[in-house]
Amino acid sequence: MEHKVDPQPSIRPRGGSLASLLRPAIASAVLFMLVCGLAYPLLTTGVAALVFPEKAAGSLIERDGEVIGSSLIGQQFTEPQYFHPRPSATLSNDGEEEQPYNAAFSLGSNLGPTNAALIDSVEKRADAYRQENGLPADSLVPVDAVTASASGLDPHITEANADLQAARVAEERGVSEDEVRRLVETHTEGQQLGFLGERSVNVLGLNLALDDLD
Amino acid sequence: MLINILQIVLILVVVGLLSVPVGRYLAAIFTGGRHFLPERLTYRLFGIDPDEQMTWKHYALALVLSNGVMILLGYAILRLQGVLPLNPQGFAGVDPDLAFNTAVSFLTNTNWQSYYGETTLSNFSQTVFIQFGMFVGPATALAAAGALIRAFARNGYEGLGNFWVDMTRVIYRFFLPLSFALAILFVFEGEPQTFAPNATATTIEGESQEIARGPVASLSSIKHVGTNGGGFFGMNSAHPFENPTNLVNATQIVGMFLLSAATVYAFGTMVARRRQGWVLFATYMTLFLLALAVILPAEQYGNPLLTEAGADQGLTADQGGGNMEGKEVRFGVTQSALFATVTTALETGSVNSMHASMTPLGGLVAMINMQLGNVFGGVGVGFMYLIQYAIVAVFIVGLMVGRSPEFLGKKIEAREISLVVLSILITPLCILGFTGLALVWPGALDSLANPGAHGYMEILYAYSSATANNGSAFAGLSADTPFFNTTLGLAILFGRYLTILPLLAVAGSLAAKRPVPETAGTFSTATPLFAGVLAATILLIGGLTYFPSWALGGIVEHLQMLAGQTF
Repeated sequence: MEHKVDPQPSIRPRGGSLASLLRPAIASAVLFMLVCGLAYPLLTTGVAALVFPEKAAGSLIERDGEVIGSSLIGQQFTEPQYFHPRPSATLSNDGEEEQPYNAAFSLGSNLGPTNAALIDSVEKRADAYRQENGLPADSLVPVDAVTASASGLDPHITEANADLQAARVAEERGVSEDEVRRLVETHTEGQQLGFLGERSVNVLGLNLALDDLD
Repeated sequence: MLINILQIVLILVVVGLLSVPVGRYLAAIFTGGRHFLPERLTYRLFGIDPDEQMTWKHYALALVLSNGVMILLGYAILRLQGVLPLNPQGFAGVDPDLAFNTAVSFLTNTNWQSYYGETTLSNFSQTVFIQFGMFVGPATALAAAGALIRAFARNGYEGLGNFWVDMTRVIYRFFLPLSFALAILFVFEGEPQTFAPNATATTIEGESQEIARGPVASLSSIKHVGTNGGGFFGMNSAHPFENPTNLVNATQIVGMFLLSAATVYAFGTMVARRRQGWVLFATYMTLFLLALAVILPAEQYGNPLLTEAGADQGLTADQGGGNMEGKEVRFGVTQSALFATVTTALETGSVNSMHASMTPLGGLVAMINMQLGNVFGGVGVGFMYLIQYAIVAVFIVGLMVGRSPEFLGKKIEAREISLVVLSILITPLCILGFTGLALVWPGALDSLANPGAHGYMEILYAYSSATANNGSAFAGLSADTPFFNTTLGLAILFGRYLTILPLLAVAGSLAAKRPVPETAGTFSTATPLFAGVLAATILLIGGLTYFPSWALGGIVEHLQMLAGQTF
């Protein structure tokens, strides 16, 4: 491409009157609204539905004809035979009560670093985590296991967190710890393209695979 | 640790490499040439002559009038949402104060959101108004930047280009094709793009889970290449549907940089001073790396109070560690800190971690990025602010050596300096003035979610974000009240138009000047020395203006955290 030095036009510049600007102002607002606000998203939706229909609909997972979740969205697990996800700060749709992993209303805790409410809840979660997984009373636990995620829908936990839960899950299910650890490994997602982001374990995928063992 | 640095370096290298072809393309858009058929039809509809040249007053009037009509249209759509189509969740019309705030916010490239997308807006509002605003907002600012670039290329000629042509070309030739391509990539990576209502799942443990979805990908792409930042979902790019993978995350980061980095290259090209373009790029990058060099270590080191409470924040082979409150595991501390630095530096305002839960120093520097306004800065305006500081820098240098200042051959005189100072003063006036007002306004403090210095930071951050047209938040603040919606809306308007308009006036007066020949005594602005002077000018003015507000907020909170004090 050649040097695109800005050329100086030869015609005389003009000042505009308000009246002369009214038509382009209104016409541009309406036209760009139709093009950018309607045609563009509709075209994108059409093409997406054509080439990646399942992903465009939210990567829903079906079992026996029933939707059991989305492979991208975390869900709550409290029973001991499942791996547990991170704490979630989401509320019910009316915002009145706690409802972890409410995927209709994403929410982080937004608690600041010196907020006593944050420190207290981390302490309580750490105690519960140690008790659940039979860890010594003064041990440090992985930070992702005791802090709320940004979206409240984080589908992942760290390998450190999965590692500490593996013995409990194996015992509850009556399978060998090696078997469980092998599944954890197959559900660990590496860094994308080999260098981007963090290694992480998809909790829903892992728990589904555990159920498939039976 | 090494791989964490490597992923940042590679992303920044991609940004540097892309700025050349994109900058050339942008220069081609701004420098005449053929009008394509869709453009000719558009101009006929507008009833304008595309070859007409506008004086700065004409250009500014067109800009204000077109934005005014768009804001009114947006306000009407939000108010009438309840009776408009594409409303599968049956949401009611938006309240007047929130509709004002939202209309203003999305037409000014701010995208401050006092609402939660998935519980407030219909698909009609999310596309016909929100996505529309995400195109025309940055297109307006980019057009204005084009006018300012031309001012330096012209020689005693008052015409700054044609606003309608600039706007139309930027949308048709740049934003639409790029957004479409990125949206399809994002769907491939897992972002939904559908007009279907929420899905309902029965989870493995037998609970019912309602899953919000919608036309997400088409919003998510223009959100970043237009440095818009408004999320489809409340939790924005932290939501797994709005940023499912690290490839999407990296693309969003590069997308934010794209235009602001390319604009300085286009500038260098259009005024035939490539070196000058690179010196401006280097200034940006220096400020950016300074910010990242605080935010990343602060987040990785983490919060000692969490360690006391039993959390292991160490970086090991099987966890990334760091302050993970309000962060997602797939991004970890590295990609969260990088994203936070980029989104505040580029005035985007999308977030992939909750800034309210960042460490005191991390959150503070993110806010400083917004207050400075041109650590790259938003599409178009970041460049305009940089030129404004360059004018101040040559003025200060001129005072030191006793020569009348000039920049790229244009004499800088009293009129330009007065206008530039006016634009520089608007920002702190809005940020500090409105923060002060909020602190004494009856009932305003009820909106705070955090006590102590952090609560004060929520307010200061909010007005910094609004005035800088960023849009990110310390989201604990419940901003959907008439007081905050109104004052934040005003801060957005002042921060947008009372800076662009004086700078367009500067462009008009510079364009009309004939260049003075360079002599041995001319202070060259295409040198590393000038990059240093410029960066120092920006930091000096920012520091002198805001330091007391930083001391009361993030700095005090950092010391309290180290001392183990909670609230």
